[in-house]
Amino acid sequence: MQTDTPRPMFDTDELVINMGPQHPSTHGVLRLILKLDGERVVDCDPVIGYLHRGIEKLSENRDYTQIVLLTDRMDYVAAATNNLGYVETVEKLYSIEVPRRAQYIRTILSELQRVASHLLWLGTHAADLGALTVLLFGLRERELILDLFEEYCGARLTYNSMRIGGQPWDVPPGWARKVLAFCDVQEQKLPEYEQLLTGNRIFLERTRDIGIVSAADAIAIGLCGPPLRASGVYRDVRKDEPYAAYGEMEFDVPLGTRGDTYDRYLVRLEEFRQSLRIIRQGMQGLPEGPIMGKVPRLIKPPAGETYHAIEAPKGELGYFVVSDGKSVSPYRFRVRPPSFCNLQALPQLVKGHLVADVIALIGTIDIVLGEVDR
Amino acid sequence: MSEGPKPASENPEAGRPAEPAPLAPAGQAEPGAPAPPAAAAPKPAAPPAAKPAPKAEPKAPPPPPGPPDQAPPADLPVPGFVTALQTGLPGAVEHVSFWVGDWTVIVGAPRFAEACLFLRDASGCRFDYLSDLTAVDWPGRPEKRFDIVASLYSTILRQRVRVKARAADGEAVPSVTGVWPAANWLEREVYDMFGVTFTGHPNLRRMLMPFDWQGHPQRKDYPLEGPGELLMESPQDWLKARQAAVDADIE
Repeated sequence: MQTDTPRPMFDTDELVINMGPQHPSTHGVLRLILKLDGERVVDCDPVIGYLHRGIEKLSENRDYTQIVLLTDRMDYVAAATNNLGYVETVEKLYSIEVPRRAQYIRTILSELQRVASHLLWLGTHAADLGALTVLLFGLRERELILDLFEEYCGARLTYNSMRIGGQPWDVPPGWARKVLAFCDVQEQKLPEYEQLLTGNRIFLERTRDIGIVSAADAIAIGLCGPPLRASGVYRDVRKDEPYAAYGEMEFDVPLGTRGDTYDRYLVRLEEFRQSLRIIRQGMQGLPEGPIMGKVPRLIKPPAGETYHAIEAPKGELGYFVVSDGKSVSPYRFRVRPPSFCNLQALPQLVKGHLVADVIALIGTIDIVLGEVDR
Repeated sequence: MSEGPKPASENPEAGRPAEPAPLAPAGQAEPGAPAPPAAAAPKPAAPPAAKPAPKAEPKAPPPPPGPPDQAPPADLPVPGFVTALQTGLPGAVEHVSFWVGDWTVIVGAPRFAEACLFLRDASGCRFDYLSDLTAVDWPGRPEKRFDIVASLYSTILRQRVRVKARAADGEAVPSVTGVWPAANWLEREVYDMFGVTFTGHPNLRRMLMPFDWQGHPQRKDYPLEGPGELLMESPQDWLKARQAAVDADIE
């Protein structure tokens, strides 16, 4: 190729295009302003806020028990873990002791939720890359989890399944058997997904070496959850700061080595197995006892503040609650949403890749816009 | 009602601090703290709680003058990262607080980024991960209205700390985007929601609200139901003007 003679007929300006907010691959109302050089992405500016409902402000005007149901609406495909993070924060602030049986039920629910959330992630991620079968498979198994949740709390999406101080309901009769049966089914289905994706040439081409993040970069940019672990950082709130009954559970934290999209897929796939392991341990070791601790009629924590984080399916979900000691609603209610912090890394991830890879990278960081915007 | 703030006291470290401990090197308690039963630390002569008039709702009690920031109990050993910060940056730490297991160091707003950089790099601290950065609005404390709260975590030493800086309305806080790039969006959100500006931020724009929004929704004097249509310059004003023109045309 000659370099000395410029070719005047072609214009080499950078092109700015708008992806979203209504786009089937942006998983909600995410708008990306992409600056392109041909097919390569030079720069990317995510624009968010289309689903901002002011949940933090609303929560500061409701009492502590009413907020549980607002937290459902943040990460609406993983409502149970949102509930868990919030109720544990208030319990920490109020020094409420939660019975062991309730802790176990919470652990089982949040691991079921993690499997459901990862199933939806796997299906949509694969569908974005053209493998529609996996989406159907994933939704098929997710349906079983939703049935289990429906039997436990009556709802299928926004569960409102936890209360400050314990659990509102005990395990329904026969539920334990169904949960264990589900674990067996899910275990059998995992090789099906792997068969479709892990060695799939198209999938490998689309995910390998796409969006590599080094461990140091991942920590600095604030990645959390599976993307952080895929970069090789051993960081799991369940292990580092055990909450609920995770201190009594045996499980491994899968780590990636390269930090690319394929590693993030492998890490999440292994998390399926670890979650099933935790569910089985929890169900088999479910202790007897009460499910509700001693909670005052009126939740009014003493003046103070605390930050408490849990490992949601998307990453570290933190709540920062300030109580003024006089009011029945929090003085300040802040959510540290994992999707928000992971989405922040997107511009760094997509630089230099093709437009088609942007789709893969939005999928791999697993965002839910309800949580990004709150 | 048989209620009452009676938290179960099984957790010994979560109990209320028994006596104050003058841990701050300057021996200075924060100004304007309400006098909780425990924190009877020496106070400056500033009148606590100047009882500002209720702003938003007439029936609401006056906003509290500030967080209690309980001092740690005297028998609790202070973790190494707090003492490291106190010795490494003399005078930066104004107050140390401990509550339900969380340590908080309160630094002056001008030295916020400096203290964060120290906490990231110093041995024994190594807080390399910024979990969260947010703000709290205390309109009852007009001289230092905002608390900027950063929750730090160390992936190396597995420890947590909160760093807090107090800033007046309109006072710029040094940005920590140079310390952790993760602070970029978090500071933008604080700017969007509270109107706190950060010096040295590469791109301080609104994060969640529309770019032409007026006001900062998370402030306590911002009404819950929104500003109404009057505060919005566009597009409601534009719609109204257009409607007026249409009406005039019909008449």
